[in-house]
Amino acid sequence: MVTSIIALSFKTEPAKKKNNTATVVKDSIGSVRAFMSVYKVLMSPRCMNCHPAGDQPLQGDDNHIHTMNVKRGVDGHGVYSMRCSNCHQAENDPGVHLPPGNPKWGLPPANMRMVFQGRTPRQLAIQLLDPKQNGGRTKAQLIDHMTNDGLVGWAWHPGEGRTLPPMTRAAFAAKVRLWIAKGAYVPSAKAK
Amino acid sequence: MITVTVNGQRHDIDADPNMPLLWAIRDILGLTGTKYGCGAAQCGACTVHLNGESIRSCCTKLSRAAGQQIVTIEGLSANNNHPLQLAWNEMNVPQCGYCQSGQLMSAAVLLRENPNPTDQDIDDAMSGNICRCGTYQRIRAAIHRAAELAKEGAKS
Ligand code: FES
Ligand code: FES
Repeated sequence: MVTSIIALSFKTEPAKKKNNTATVVKDSIGSVRAFMSVYKVLMSPRCMNCHPAGDQPLQGDDNHIHTMNVKRGVDGHGVYSMRCSNCHQAENDPGVHLPPGNPKWGLPPANMRMVFQGRTPRQLAIQLLDPKQNGGRTKAQLIDHMTNDGLVGWAWHPGEGRTLPPMTRAAFAAKVRLWIAKGAYVPSAKAK
Repeated sequence: MITVTVNGQRHDIDADPNMPLLWAIRDILGLTGTKYGCGAAQCGACTVHLNGESIRSCCTKLSRAAGQQIVTIEGLSANNNHPLQLAWNEMNVPQCGYCQSGQLMSAAVLLRENPNPTDQDIDDAMSGNICRCGTYQRIRAAIHRAAELAKEGAKS
């Protein structure tokens, strides 16, 4: 039994080596530069409007407060007869000014608000890396969330009349990976 | 064929699954108490309950209601005696009435989840239901009254 496990682990070794992508050298300048691209995406209206500083979602490219006095609620999905899914469906409704949609439509919950609005690059980087503020995510989970999460991905399919984030999702995912692989450095307080 | 339970009754509806639920309710089932105001999830006139939650039936596809429980204003109570309906009547809330079935359906979710709402709770729950006649003061007063009636009803 023991020998077979050892044999197995030996067999998988060369395959693992081939897949090894962790050869990026730590590089604070490159890491911060990658993060600044990530930051630009996160501050775009498609991302920031659901990561508001207050307890109300935002709308539009001018980040105005969501009409109808919509509130975050405890679970991030609204209150009473004003829950997100009352209007927002599992997909975008066709047409301009109609509700955009996704099965997970909502804000972060009240106990993990993950605010983007008003954060400097430094503040946002620190927040994203801190499991106490990022929904308990490790760096690998953070990469996975930004790269694969369906609600995050909505930003690149926002429906008619809505502007897109400043780069493709693939480019964004590459910047997130680069930021972390080069050491997940945090920008200086002066970075804007 | 899409099977939907509306006000406790099963219906097999032969229609495009992308049809707005509001169309099916009004034009196919003939339940015209639910109103069409904007068709863009902006006014609340078309509010019905899907498994107990308020939804705007103008922007909800019929397919979302498949196999689910829908309640419209016609099914809010058996004898028009939901505390909200009694309070609405007592306080003469409606003006033209067009928005009122939506108002009642939204208020019903509020009262179920919060039997003793403050003015703030009422604003938080009801701000998505627009009343062109401006009956907001009476709506708020009637929700407070309905909360009282529900408590009295629970005691007796
Ligand atoms: S008709 Fe549905 S919200 Fe106005
Ligand atoms: S009573 Fe006329 S719109 Fe509300």
